[in-house]
Amino acid sequence: MSLPTQSEDSRREVGTAAAVGAATAGLPSTAGAEATGSNGSFAVSLTVNGDRRHLDLDPRVTLLDALREHLHLTGTKKGCDHGHCGACTVLVNGVRINACLSLAAMHDGDAVTTIEGLGRPDRLHPMQAAFIEHDALQCGYCTPGQICSAVAVLAEIEAGVPSHATGDLMGSMTLSNGEVRERMSGNICRCGAYSNIADAIADVAGSL
Amino acid sequence: MRPFTYERAASTAAAVAAVAARPGARFIAGGTNLLDLMKVQIETPAHLVDIRHLPLRGIEDTPDGGLRIGALATNTEVASHPRVKRDYGVLARAIVAGATGQLRNKATTAGNLLQRNRCPYFYETTLPCNKRQPGSGCAALGGVTRSLAVVGTSPHCIAQNPGDMAVALRILDATVETVRPDGSPRTIAIGDVHLLPGDNPEIEHPLAPGELITAVTLPRPPGGTHHYHKVRDRASYAFAIVSVAAVLQKDGTGRVAFGSVAPRPWRVEAAEALLPHGPAAVVTTAFQGATPTAENAFKIPLAARTLALVLAEARA
Repeated sequence: MSLPTQSEDSRREVGTAAAVGAATAGLPSTAGAEATGSNGSFAVSLTVNGDRRHLDLDPRVTLLDALREHLHLTGTKKGCDHGHCGACTVLVNGVRINACLSLAAMHDGDAVTTIEGLGRPDRLHPMQAAFIEHDALQCGYCTPGQICSAVAVLAEIEAGVPSHATGDLMGSMTLSNGEVRERMSGNICRCGAYSNIADAIADVAGSL
Repeated sequence: MRPFTYERAASTAAAVAAVAARPGARFIAGGTNLLDLMKVQIETPAHLVDIRHLPLRGIEDTPDGGLRIGALATNTEVASHPRVKRDYGVLARAIVAGATGQLRNKATTAGNLLQRNRCPYFYETTLPCNKRQPGSGCAALGGVTRSLAVVGTSPHCIAQNPGDMAVALRILDATVETVRPDGSPRTIAIGDVHLLPGDNPEIEHPLAPGELITAVTLPRPPGGTHHYHKVRDRASYAFAIVSVAAVLQKDGTGRVAFGSVAPRPWRVEAAEALLPHGPAAVVTTAFQGATPTAENAFKIPLAARTLALVLAEARA
């Protein structure tokens, strides 16, 4: 399967990480302990937005809380904390997941990309630029998750991952409005900016 | 979450030994269901054994023309596999009808198979639940029951199995491979994986403490046309009210199972033998002995109508 699309900065780990169907996830780092230490904590090494980070964490700390509370990357949002809303969507080894439903300890050795790593204010990721162009947000709280998810959706279609909206499982997949809406159903927007979000994604998909 | 200790298993044997040795220890792989339940303290494991890195993720052809799916293969990986899409379409369709892209990227085959039920009273920890607190009673009886099971229930529990993937695996005659704490392997027929509640609703599967699912194996493809139709309250990201998985042959015979109507994927072989006689005959036999509530009795005619839709699709 092909890698998640990253048209700008291919040095970032999202462009070089394992594919959706990779047989193995990141290998455990040699620095990390293999079990909880005597003080009850667990050593974790993560590559976050290209930077190697070492943390000593209570095993209860989720990936989301590690990013926000320990690494102070507050772009990734906590909405429901139960995998219902998608505000915490990040890319791990190039694959989108809910950071709230994963323990940081389980990601030792993994490469994580958050909204801060996709682009910067002076060099936006095309998906970020398209969300601004299409006014695809109101309050903006769900937006980092929407954008991370949208970037991954395009990669998943490229990689042949089917969805409930896919007509022919064996045929080539096209990015119809129905496909976008189905594949983005794990990202809730209470402001209801959905139609503009779909337009932004279609715009980026069309320009690739 | 309650405090717990954590270790990463170096091998399958070590993982099984670690969980078997410690009461209250659990395996964790995808974690999407377990962590959700740990946050509300319905699951309170004292120790987690992370099996994510074990070599149980591959999907490979079997010598007899079937497919062996590693326990750790994610929902996305299974649904995207060329042979699943080509030969076991009902499985790909069922998987992508469930959850969201984010969750399917994380959820594993074995974890999805053993996901806990979604009865609202199981989640409401201030109310009795025989699954959560054996012997405490069932608050669902006499409560809001619209989504719950109509057949295969007991006076102690009417929770439904909410899965989609498992319904497809049931009609594909999958077998589940495990390794037991003493290291010996065994295989369990998919129809025996989910137990009916009876007098012990808290016992949901026949696996011993520490027994680990290593793979789910599909026999040779059944041919025919593959269908998974899920009826739910919104168009995406909702559990089924009723689902129908079917593999239908040109001569009118086939296999059919219903989801979200019973404590396990509901396949009655005597009922599917009536497929040439139409949906009403199938459903009448499949739901014989059903004990629906006034609120969820609609699921039985809905099952017949959904099956009628699937049969019409197959003819089209």
